[in-house]
Amino acid sequence: MPAIEVEGLERAFGEVLAVRGIDLRVEEGEIYGFLGPNGAGKTTTVRMLTTLLLPSGGRASVAGHDVVAEARQVRASIGVALQEAALDPLMTGRELIRLQATLQGLPPAAGRERADGLLDRVGLSAAADRRVGGYSGGMKRRLDLAAALVHEPSVLFLDEPTTGLDPVSRKTIWEEVRALNEDGTTVFLTTQYLEEADQLADNVGIIDSGRIVAEGTPEALKAEVGNPHVELLVGEGAVAAAERACAELGKLLPPKDGRRVLVEVEEGAAAIPRVVRALDEAGVAVESLELVRPTLDDVFVDKTGHHLEKEESGGGEESVPA
Amino acid sequence: MVRALGARSIRQTFRRPQLISPIVVFPTLLLAIQTGGAGAGIELPGFPPVQSFLQFMLAGSMMQSMMLAGNSGGIAFAVDIEMGFTDRLFAAPIPRFAIVLGRLAGTAALGLFASLWFLAIGLIFGAEIEGGVPGALLAIALITASALAVGGIGAAIALRTGSASVVQGLFPLVLVVLFLSSAFFPQELMIEPAKTIAAYNPLSFIVEGVREPIISGIDATQTLEAVAAIAGIVVLGLVLSARALRHRLRIG
Repeated sequence: MPAIEVEGLERAFGEVLAVRGIDLRVEEGEIYGFLGPNGAGKTTTVRMLTTLLLPSGGRASVAGHDVVAEARQVRASIGVALQEAALDPLMTGRELIRLQATLQGLPPAAGRERADGLLDRVGLSAAADRRVGGYSGGMKRRLDLAAALVHEPSVLFLDEPTTGLDPVSRKTIWEEVRALNEDGTTVFLTTQYLEEADQLADNVGIIDSGRIVAEGTPEALKAEVGNPHVELLVGEGAVAAAERACAELGKLLPPKDGRRVLVEVEEGAAAIPRVVRALDEAGVAVESLELVRPTLDDVFVDKTGHHLEKEESGGGEESVPA
Repeated sequence: MVRALGARSIRQTFRRPQLISPIVVFPTLLLAIQTGGAGAGIELPGFPPVQSFLQFMLAGSMMQSMMLAGNSGGIAFAVDIEMGFTDRLFAAPIPRFAIVLGRLAGTAALGLFASLWFLAIGLIFGAEIEGGVPGALLAIALITASALAVGGIGAAIALRTGSASVVQGLFPLVLVVLFLSSAFFPQELMIEPAKTIAAYNPLSFIVEGVREPIISGIDATQTLEAVAAIAGIVVLGLVLSARALRHRLRIG
């Protein structure tokens, strides 16, 4: 049984169709990355899957329960950490987790024990009795995550869990998501960060203007748009010589900036020694050499014709000093 | 679960000065000013027989505090909606109306606090409760139930608008409705059209039901009229809240 199954899901706000008949399937134990720019329909989809918003059309089931007809059962099976951690700044971290435990039907003693354990797990024990209003962004996200886990849900929805966080806090959240997934939790993660989807997701769905435009493993999606290429920065007037030297090694791509030679290489990093030898034999001086792999942004551009709005990652570049 | 949500809403009120101060500070100051400045009013012909103006005013101050507790409850609920906290509650496997009931339980508790506060002030400054302990308990019960009733309307407005500033904007209206009742002045001494409005204002029935055990003793008719008025507002508040909740869930 899939953890999440969606068929023709739609949501309209007046005349505007925010989600336009999407289909997707998330298997149990999977991390599914739902990638798209602001306003693409990610949050609307999550709100429908978490029963916070009624679909206008189509159907969806989560943990085997229909999100409309069996909404209560869905809510008992899922954990939700929404965009912009929805925390009461006047509560303490411990109070919030205990309230969440009560809402999930845990007996008081079990709720207290679970709260202490979760606060420890997310590294907030020392701050547990401080008001949430004084927490940093990363602490709030970790608390939100802990609250979502209080009843050990089988499916966890994380709506842009690292937006606005510093790199260290982001890595901490990633480690926690990986650990949860290793424990068997299915994770549905929306993000606008390419690196996040690339690092965490087993499968990625790319949504744009309410439609899923691509779906698959990150590697398969990137393979669809082409092989890695070697990018060579050569001295002025050496472009033609460099292209001649590399012509046998792979497909030449149009040069960039008049000084950068691009050679598509099927075997990736393994091609670099041959490229270096060929250039050396041709007497071409190289200022720098990079192996550039296709990124999910390339996939996004390939499918939509435009870039993601907030690209944070530098993609899959590996620099090799020449 | 309702108790946990109610406890959380009480904590929220006491930790946010702008929510608790209208319930305590404003009515207490008004009581002090009116008692000090208009105490001779009890000598007016037609004024009901009372031990002191403070004794007469206690019911009005409790009503004012209770009404503002309902308003504060609505503001706090709207703040929850604005910051997305209600999404956390809506995503939990609980009956969604329990979220409204939790909020109302908190508002009722604030009504209880308001009635105890003003009874304590009255007793400290020499007012007698003519109905004795049963009379005091009746006044407390009526004010607590009234807070729940008025809180229902505040919750409905919060759910419908999702805007704390809109609910806060009703603050003057609360005072207008209250001043157009017999909360601060005997109905018999009012002039038209305030007198007629006060005669039909449900708050007048409630305030008289609260006042009577303080200034005279428990009166079954006035108690029943107060209970009927509260019940009417409770039903109205719950119906409006249920409709507003459905609207909020529909728009997401």
